[in-house]
Amino acid sequence: MTAVFSLSDVTLGYDRHPAVHHLTGSFATGSLTAVVGPNGSGKSTLLKGLIGRLAPLDGRLERNGLRQSDIAYLPQQAEIDRSFPISVMDTVLLGHWRTIGLFRPVTRAQRRQAEEALLAVGLDGFGRRPIASLSAGQFQRVLFARMLLQNCPVILLDEPFTAIDAKTSADLLRVVVGWHGEGRTVVAVLHDLDQVRENFPDTLVMARAPVAWGATGEVLRAEHLFRARQMAEQWDDRAPVCRRGSR
Amino acid sequence: MDVHAALIQPFVEFEFMRRALVACLALSVGCGPVGVLLVLRRMSLVGDALSHAVLPGAAIGFMIAGLSLVVMSLGGLVAGLVVAILSGLVARVTPQREDASFAAFYLISLALGVLIVATHGSNVDLMHVLFGTILAVDDASLLLVVSIATLTLFTLAVVGRALIVECFDPGFLRAVGGPGAVVHFVFLTLVVLNLVAGFHALGTLMAVGLMMLPAAVARFWADEVATLAATSSAVAFASGYAGLLLSYHADLPSGPAIILVAGGVYIVSVVAGPRGSLWAKFMPRRHLEA
Repeated sequence: MTAVFSLSDVTLGYDRHPAVHHLTGSFATGSLTAVVGPNGSGKSTLLKGLIGRLAPLDGRLERNGLRQSDIAYLPQQAEIDRSFPISVMDTVLLGHWRTIGLFRPVTRAQRRQAEEALLAVGLDGFGRRPIASLSAGQFQRVLFARMLLQNCPVILLDEPFTAIDAKTSADLLRVVVGWHGEGRTVVAVLHDLDQVRENFPDTLVMARAPVAWGATGEVLRAEHLFRARQMAEQWDDRAPVCRRGSR
Repeated sequence: MDVHAALIQPFVEFEFMRRALVACLALSVGCGPVGVLLVLRRMSLVGDALSHAVLPGAAIGFMIAGLSLVVMSLGGLVAGLVVAILSGLVARVTPQREDASFAAFYLISLALGVLIVATHGSNVDLMHVLFGTILAVDDASLLLVVSIATLTLFTLAVVGRALIVECFDPGFLRAVGGPGAVVHFVFLTLVVLNLVAGFHALGTLMAVGLMMLPAAVARFWADEVATLAATSSAVAFASGYAGLLLSYHADLPSGPAIILVAGGVYIVSVVAGPRGSLWAKFMPRRHLEA
């Protein structure tokens, strides 16, 4: 089976302190993987490593033939200015960036696709609303509509359902499962373990180092989760130099 | 005094009034959208900093060539760009934020400018650089201002989408491989260019006024980038027109008159504009069905 991302002994971190310590494994093409673990366990750092925003401190991380524009990435919301005067439709249309780029016009067909995407995430008729008027859940739906248009083979989601009500997260989860059905590779950081058990075939449990990685049923066991909680949050200012790995 | 004599006659009668009006129109066209984008990017005070940063360049130009439009403008442009680039570099390479690095470099630049003017120029010259003379705009200045307005509109047409996305969702622009840093510096260049255009008319002290005040006004009247920019340009031009008339009839200096009119429009908008003003806050209309 081919892999989208192959990691061998990858360490990612900040200021030489590892946030993801010696991770080895691969995300198979077309797989649907949940990444779970306590806060501070390196889940977001892992996604930043996968899209290439953070270079590994050690080890090898290969994106097998993927271009930057093949990966859609939904960060935790911090960076978006939600008071910006832009309409829902214009936000969703940015999903066409690969074809419209800096200055090509949006075609009528592309506009229709955007309307269909809004319909698919349950925001039919919201096109003309300014994004400032949306609730957190509605705004997350807008970002999912934009990802639908991006039409990427690989999709990385960082806590997409945090602070979002059950109905919205159920709707958006259906979109995620749909992506899996279309053969796309999806990696999602999640906290709701029932949601993971029901919908995600594969799971990676993290606690600054990998605890377990494989089929969800095998991996999501009490002893793994307990170990993850114990191992997390051990930043040490005077940690010695790690001697494991390639260097 | 009838309406025609008050509002139109001065421009029919005097060429310097017509030139000043055309200069205002050109400045408004360029400064409107640039100011709106500065506000949206939360860089209102960066415009202010850059307008001071232009001073030493203009002063050095004055030292070399006297009251020469071309040399002073070039000097101002170079000084402004140097400050913009150094501040941007410090912000992108070190953890310091851009507002702090801008403050540092513009203060250095401003002190340098004042030093040069104080040791090499008379007070009259200093007044010209600080306050400008829109009523003495010659052909060359007019051409410069109009060229900068044209260049601004063309450049915004090219980088506008990237500018808006970089401001609204920088992470997305990075993820799709858009040219974030390049666009940012192109934009800062536009800000400096428009300030250089403004300083001959309004002086380095107030050039930024026609950029920021109308943009701040627009926020209370419009809620999309395009309409904000159009509102801002319209307010800038209306302020220019009214300010020139005020200065003509009341025999006031033209620069401050123009900016004060824009300031008046701002106060009125804060109190009574249709979107988010004090009026809308304290005199709410009945809520809707849905």
